[in-house]
Amino acid sequence: MNKKIEEGVVFSILSFITMIVVIPTLLIIGYILLKGIGTINWEFLTAMPRQGMRAGGIYPAIIGTLYLVIGTILFALPLGVGSGIYLTEYAKQGMLSRIIRLAILNLAGVPSVVYGLFGLGLFVLFLGFGSSILAGSLTLACLILPIVITASEEALKSVPISYREASLALGASKWQTIQNVVLPHAMPGILTGAILGIGRAAGETAPILLTVAAFFLPRLPKSLFDQVMALPYHLYIISTQVPNMPEEIKYGTALVLLGIVGLFYMIATSIRIKFKISNRA
Amino acid sequence: MTDITMELVKKKKGKALKKNIKNSMGEYIIEKFIFILGITSIAIIALIFLFLFRSGIQLFNDITLQEFLFGRYWFPISVNPQYGILPLVAGTLMVTLGAVFISVPLGIGSAIFIAEVAPPKTKTVLKVIIEFLSAIPSVVLGFLGIVFLSSWIRVTFHLSSGFTVLTGSILVSFMALPTIISISDDALNALPQEYHEASFALGATKWETILHVLVPAASSGIIAAVMLGVGRAIGETMTVMMVTGNAAQIPNSFLVSGRTMTATIAAEMGDTVRNGTHYHALFAVGIVLFLMTSIINFIADFALSHGKKEAR
Repeated sequence: MNKKIEEGVVFSILSFITMIVVIPTLLIIGYILLKGIGTINWEFLTAMPRQGMRAGGIYPAIIGTLYLVIGTILFALPLGVGSGIYLTEYAKQGMLSRIIRLAILNLAGVPSVVYGLFGLGLFVLFLGFGSSILAGSLTLACLILPIVITASEEALKSVPISYREASLALGASKWQTIQNVVLPHAMPGILTGAILGIGRAAGETAPILLTVAAFFLPRLPKSLFDQVMALPYHLYIISTQVPNMPEEIKYGTALVLLGIVGLFYMIATSIRIKFKISNRA
Repeated sequence: MTDITMELVKKKKGKALKKNIKNSMGEYIIEKFIFILGITSIAIIALIFLFLFRSGIQLFNDITLQEFLFGRYWFPISVNPQYGILPLVAGTLMVTLGAVFISVPLGIGSAIFIAEVAPPKTKTVLKVIIEFLSAIPSVVLGFLGIVFLSSWIRVTFHLSSGFTVLTGSILVSFMALPTIISISDDALNALPQEYHEASFALGATKWETILHVLVPAASSGIIAAVMLGVGRAIGETMTVMMVTGNAAQIPNSFLVSGRTMTATIAAEMGDTVRNGTHYHALFAVGIVLFLMTSIINFIADFALSHGKKEAR
């Protein structure tokens, strides 16, 4: 009987601990939603900032983040999926694949500001791209590469060996098998990884701080070599560097940023859930 | 067989052979191309190291390694500039230590609850919420830290400023939590069902099973989870930059301002002269940061692969 009581007490403590993690998370989301929703209107989303960012909209920051995210995924997706294919379909278990895995793990742990330094050194200065969308996208692509590779690898691994054997037995070559049989089946998993990567890239500040972001630039970029404003950096600026910033603009910007990142997560999660269901059926 | 049919067969065979050669040429090229894509991660790690080193090493044209590693003062823009990394390392370690104190018990406790105690539907909901926590951009947490947490800390501890190491630790612990929870949860879920059954059959309660069988069996995975969480805390940039006050001093408590290595790089890079001493010093700080997180990742990887071997 004593044991039962002890267990009950311990499990209550564990559920309380879990609540300490979960409730603030919900509060953060709810609070920003509540305080920011009043600011969101058509003008806020599509107008240029005015009066030193204290009025007007955040259009250039939204567009800047959009360009950066598109650039990032254009670089990261082929590289990541290619790496995943190499690791699951071609690599032999041995020293090289062990080193590659260690490199991926290490990449995932490199602090984002170190990616910023790297991007500044390689893309901005050494390759001469300057502070630009191109340099920022390449830097962010390196940052999300481990996410895309890991997701691709998991997705490819989950395709049953028998599918490959059936295709090979029909006379298809290895690449034809990968292209026509393995990749289509792994697609939902790969997409989930790519979308999670996009969400991560959209929310990162430190890397773009050093490679692309402009403090205040109330016009749209004309080429890959232009600077842009970006949402996370804009939120940083208006909440720390600009005095007398109206509260509602800060909350509005935070909500738009959280909304964009949250949207990507929701898409990824729903693909994952749907994929699991279809897997079971 | 007539000569004509023989001729035809030969022609067909020749075509098939040509096609085969073309196909295998294609396969060969694709295989090499995929191989190159496969080793990009190694190339990027090598390039990161190279480019950090290339700029960072030049700091030691101007100051000695001793002055950098053991200098107690970071005054990069004074008349007599000093580039001692100690206060920055101390700031990073204090913020990380505080975050570990908060996030390790919370993280492991939540992971046990999610993996072993919660009913399946609750489990799914909790997992989605925790995954969303990992999605919240650090700059948003920093923003809430400024408007909320810092004033709460200022009032609660009767301080003149709420921008303290503790403020950073609390927020950073929330960034490390999803990592700790999800990896510990994976480690617990990977255990074979027989472990539960054997323990129950011996008359143990669920909690006794968790405490004496499951947690010890998943310990290497949990250690890896904690290490990766620590790595996350050390590398966190924007949040700490926004809420720790950024005074470059060796903090003597959790309730004073501190400055981390990450925040120093992000805050000061914009003001440096390209290829000046200060610029090189920030890259040197980057090298130290990179080495610290790499070592932590190696430990985590070692713990994970060690655990896998044991499980076999």
